Amino acid sequence: MTDLLPPAFIYIFGALLVPLLPARIKSAYLLLLPVLSFIYLVSMPPESSWQVTFLGFDLVPFKVDRLSLVFAYIYHLISLIGIIYCLNIKSDLEKVSGLVYAGSALGVVCAGDLFSFFVFWEMLTVSALALIWASRTKASQAAGFRYLMVHVFGGLLLLAGITMYIHEQQSIALGYIGLSSPATYLIFFGMGVNAAWPFLHAWLTDSYPEATVGGAVLLSAFTTKTAVYALARTYPGTEMLIWIGAAMTAFPIFFAVIENDLRRVLSYSLINQVGFMMVGIGIGTELSINGTAAHAFAHILYKSLLFMSMGAVIFRTGKINATDLGGLYKSMPWTALFCIIGAASISAFPLTSGFVSKSMVLDAAAHGHMAIVWLALLFASAGVFHHSGIKIPFFAFFSHDAGFRVKEAPANMLTAMGIAAFFCIFLGVYPQFLYAILPYPVDFVPYTFSHVSGQMQLLMFSALAFTLLLRAGIYPAEIRAINLDSDWIYRKGGPLFYGLVDRVFNGLNKAADQIFIKGFTGSLARVAQNGPAHLANLVMTPIWLVTLDHEQRQKEKALLYRNFSTGTMGLAIMAVFVSLFIGLVFVLSI
Amino acid sequence: MADEKKHIFDNPKNIQRVLYGLFGSLVLLLALEPFVHKHTYFSWEEWPGFYAIYGFVACVLLVLAAKYILRPLVKRDEDYYD
Repeated sequence: MTDLLPPAFIYIFGALLVPLLPARIKSAYLLLLPVLSFIYLVSMPPESSWQVTFLGFDLVPFKVDRLSLVFAYIYHLISLIGIIYCLNIKSDLEKVSGLVYAGSALGVVCAGDLFSFFVFWEMLTVSALALIWASRTKASQAAGFRYLMVHVFGGLLLLAGITMYIHEQQSIALGYIGLSSPATYLIFFGMGVNAAWPFLHAWLTDSYPEATVGGAVLLSAFTTKTAVYALARTYPGTEMLIWIGAAMTAFPIFFAVIENDLRRVLSYSLINQVGFMMVGIGIGTELSINGTAAHAFAHILYKSLLFMSMGAVIFRTGKINATDLGGLYKSMPWTALFCIIGAASISAFPLTSGFVSKSMVLDAAAHGHMAIVWLALLFASAGVFHHSGIKIPFFAFFSHDAGFRVKEAPANMLTAMGIAAFFCIFLGVYPQFLYAILPYPVDFVPYTFSHVSGQMQLLMFSALAFTLLLRAGIYPAEIRAINLDSDWIYRKGGPLFYGLVDRVFNGLNKAADQIFIKGFTGSLARVAQNGPAHLANLVMTPIWLVTLDHEQRQKEKALLYRNFSTGTMGLAIMAVFVSLFIGLVFVLSI
Repeated sequence: MADEKKHIFDNPKNIQRVLYGLFGSLVLLLALEPFVHKHTYFSWEEWPGFYAIYGFVACVLLVLAAKYILRPLVKRDEDYYD
């Protein structure tokens, strides 16, 4: 047991030491952790696993196969890049939570049983939250809280599903699940929340743009891709995923076109890219699963590269809205270059990483003769070039000059971007490097004349459309505004629900207070207090009417009430009452 | 294009050059297509210029739909949720 230390533990326990270290060795330590963990991972024999017995269950906190390893490799690489990117940030919060976050993601992809899987899955949510809250703004606080609520909801679905599933199967092993019983649907949708499925996606576009500069880079890499892994592990070949994925590729690009916040544009295109991976899982062939894994690998690199370049822009200018930016190529040329490389990759230009991975998913769809899905993916491919490939670099670095004359991004940020940019091109030029680590053997040739010519036509004519629309003034001007999305339901519905519940229950409370506390109890007290005096008054009034005039009557009445309230009524009256009482008893007893 | 020297696009001629480059590449791509041996899965992939037309039309429709349908539906002031 001691000879095997899972990478997740190296990251998570390693993170806890960070705040204790002196500043001069902290950077070296941070860089060393992923490197050590990676060396450890590759030196392990293939198909290693670690099993412990806990409460009568066989826990397998660590078990890897080729599918786990693709994700584990890229998680190591991107966490190293992310750490380099964050080195100049003083606060430890991001570094500690970033490492725990990366470690939790590694824990999920290396988990061999449902229990360990769930524990790491939830740690992922909590550590991600710290990366959002680390911005320390009011907006990030609110977005982080919503993030938590949505993920707690997803986590509960998952937990309920897993509990029922374990009960059904009498085993906690993690493997193919597939849609059959209610338990499997709960697990499916619980994972879907993290995968940002349509209508469950708004947490992503809500919170990632509010995270810190470095936090967003890490966030863009781990949560959704961990869900991709989980679905590829448990639901390959589930047809519903094809349609969910196709919807995911298509709908976010419309939002991205009209969005002003450039990191939010990237968040929408993140959903679009995860859509391709969902389609790959849904098709479920060896080619398509390979495509999903390859696309996840490539995507993590170019998406974090894009987030890094936009982060550098925020770091230097403090702005991220397209309306505030422009012309930055003059002062941040390297950042602009790296951004363009990331943009070319996400658009799947030949010789970049996106081309060699995305075409696998498209070909898998074509192999299965899924014409509608294929056309939707092609539409999304053109659209992603439009909003991520052109819009991001164009509005940040070119367009009209917003007048910023800032310094180029710090050296560590440029280094991190440089490494990611290198891999974007390296994988595009030398795809065998990526294909060699995919789950299944690859006999896919990305660079055929047919592929390249088709893709180039698609992209260049999309660029033509952008140019013509922009020149004609039809391209939607960036506006200082926000766009509603499905988070409207809980951002407006939440307060509405709160108000409604407040009205109903507090109204009920108030009514009960009025009727019982103030009304009923009060009258009971008044009866107890004034009842005998009223009674005496009732008895005496006929006598006084005969014997006394009006003025004397009033006087006697006042005296009577005073005597009752002070308990000092005359002996005669008491005698009258006693006789009346005895008489009453006598009459009743006859 | 941006990694050259400073302020390259302050000169309108350079913007013209980029545009000519774009138009040139479009013509080249269409001109080369008849010489490419196509591996196709769907019949429409064999239509000349299918990818070019699809890319262009897709982007125009995307922008028009986003601008004239989606934006009027979802656009709100920046302080809408505050």
